[in-house]
Amino acid sequence: MSSIDAHLPVLQVVVPLLVAPLVTILRPSGLAWAATTATSFMALMIAVGLTAGALEGDIQRYEVGAWAAPYGIELAVDSFGALLLLILTGASTFALLAGKASLDQQIESGRQPLFFSAWLLVLAGLAGILVSADAFNIFVFMEISSLASYVLIAGGPDRRALPAVFKYLMMGTIGATFYLIGIGLIYMMTGTLNLADIQVRLVDVAGLRPVVVAIGFITVGLGLKAAVFPLHVWLPNAYNFAPHAATVLLAACAAKVSLYVLLTFDFVVLQPVLPEHDPHFGAFLMPLAVLGILAASAVALFEPNLKRLLAFSSVAQIGYILLGASMVSLPGVTASLMHMFNHALAKGALFLAVMCLATRLPSLELDDLAGAAKRMPWTMAAFVVGGLSLIGIPGTAGFTSKWYLISASLEVGGAGGWLLIGVIVTGSLMAVVYIWRVVEAAWFRVPLAEPTEVREAPALMLSVTWLAAAANVYFGLSPWLQTTLASNGARMLLGEAP
Amino acid sequence: MNFLGLYNYWVFAVLLMIGFYAVVAKTNLVKKLMGLSLFQAAVFLLYITMGKISGGTAPIIQKGLEDAVFSNPLPQVLILTAIVVGISTTALGLGIIVRINEEYGSIDERDVQESDRR
Repeated sequence: MSSIDAHLPVLQVVVPLLVAPLVTILRPSGLAWAATTATSFMALMIAVGLTAGALEGDIQRYEVGAWAAPYGIELAVDSFGALLLLILTGASTFALLAGKASLDQQIESGRQPLFFSAWLLVLAGLAGILVSADAFNIFVFMEISSLASYVLIAGGPDRRALPAVFKYLMMGTIGATFYLIGIGLIYMMTGTLNLADIQVRLVDVAGLRPVVVAIGFITVGLGLKAAVFPLHVWLPNAYNFAPHAATVLLAACAAKVSLYVLLTFDFVVLQPVLPEHDPHFGAFLMPLAVLGILAASAVALFEPNLKRLLAFSSVAQIGYILLGASMVSLPGVTASLMHMFNHALAKGALFLAVMCLATRLPSLELDDLAGAAKRMPWTMAAFVVGGLSLIGIPGTAGFTSKWYLISASLEVGGAGGWLLIGVIVTGSLMAVVYIWRVVEAAWFRVPLAEPTEVREAPALMLSVTWLAAAANVYFGLSPWLQTTLASNGARMLLGEAP
Repeated sequence: MNFLGLYNYWVFAVLLMIGFYAVVAKTNLVKKLMGLSLFQAAVFLLYITMGKISGGTAPIIQKGLEDAVFSNPLPQVLILTAIVVGISTTALGLGIIVRINEEYGSIDERDVQESDRR
């Protein structure tokens, strides 16, 4: 067992990467689905194994091909990485388990094996970003996951997915290329690509202009990928027109993985080296975070389509995650990491419920939701649980990270701290309103046609949705897992002893 | 300042901006994609340039050439990977454009937006 444990970081990537081409030849499509789901589940088990290692407090390192760092490529999984690996593999497994019926509805069975292959490539690419400790490797995995996720999004039946995905491809590639320019300049100054090694060697050249320019390129590039306001314009349509199961996966983790790279780069590599790092980082990102929370929530208030409404809410949630990080304090960064986990739980449950609704309803316009609660009471109940978690009601997972965020803002102190609390509370109140709009449509609006009999989503889909909703309550009542991983991760990022 | 000595970097910056301009300003999707390719190609030049040492040769150990100056091969290897990524992106982008043309009968951004609004 212990010999396998040592290889877990690389297996996290290799397993889905190897299965991906095999899936394309599996027929019928049900078999491809089963193989993909089993692989995703195996990836989840690997992530659980890595999390168990991370909870013991050690960074799990792996030398690819037994070439020692910094010459070889190094993989390293810490608490922060393990937290996101759990989100990623969990979301993928939930979405695949629940998504069979929905995918059968949206994608003809001949193309499904290709779709599942792209799914596994997304999984392998995003996992690769999370385990890698090499700046260029991160770029390659980023492109693998991005190219495959363009395929996932364009896989749906709606033709409007195509322009949306083209826009995503343009902006995503520009973001990744900016990142590439940034690490190129850093390589020029340090002669290394290993993140830990960059930090050591950057000390001598920290004040020079290429380093500053590189940081600018990297921050903007990853901001584009992570849909940081105002670079989020690709996100709403891409999430909206993607097949519903793919939306669950992407909404839960795609943007967060880019944020992971941004935070790792900023805190692990740059913060110990650059004397002016903290004020610059905060001053640049905090206004964007605040604007993101307020503007995206405001758009969600008036959005007539359920999926787009939730997508804009995602942009706002990225604002919360960034807000915590931009405080550059232990409670702030802890809150930020916790919110990644909690938002993935809440949005995962919400988009799973949306997938259930989409199997039975003609469209996801709020007008067409009228009376949905009578026809699909269990689905709408799960939606409400996810919604409460998104708002941050006590007893749900979303509450814990909002609580940490507010206490971190109190620690900032002064008028600024109170202003931040005002922003967080305002954003949460707007979340109450836009979740309420859905509830109002589903429960209280009289449908045009007479409400038909109860016709719930398929049993498997509904039970997975409820599992996700229940997880929101479980991790709200006993938040030990995300709290431990997040605080360990934050200590690691800020360079304090755990 | 040695402006001409930094010739390659100037070309990098100019190519980058030409590509970026095409991505932002053109409405024809194929032209946008061409801009994107140019944008990526500029970065290849940046990497290749930084690995070059004047008078440096290919890093191959030969008899009788003990004191040769070698160019750094690593950026070239990296850029080989980045070229593959660039090709894949262009291919996928062209594939999407073909699909857009099938569905909308146009590859102009304005036409596409117009026909979805109706």
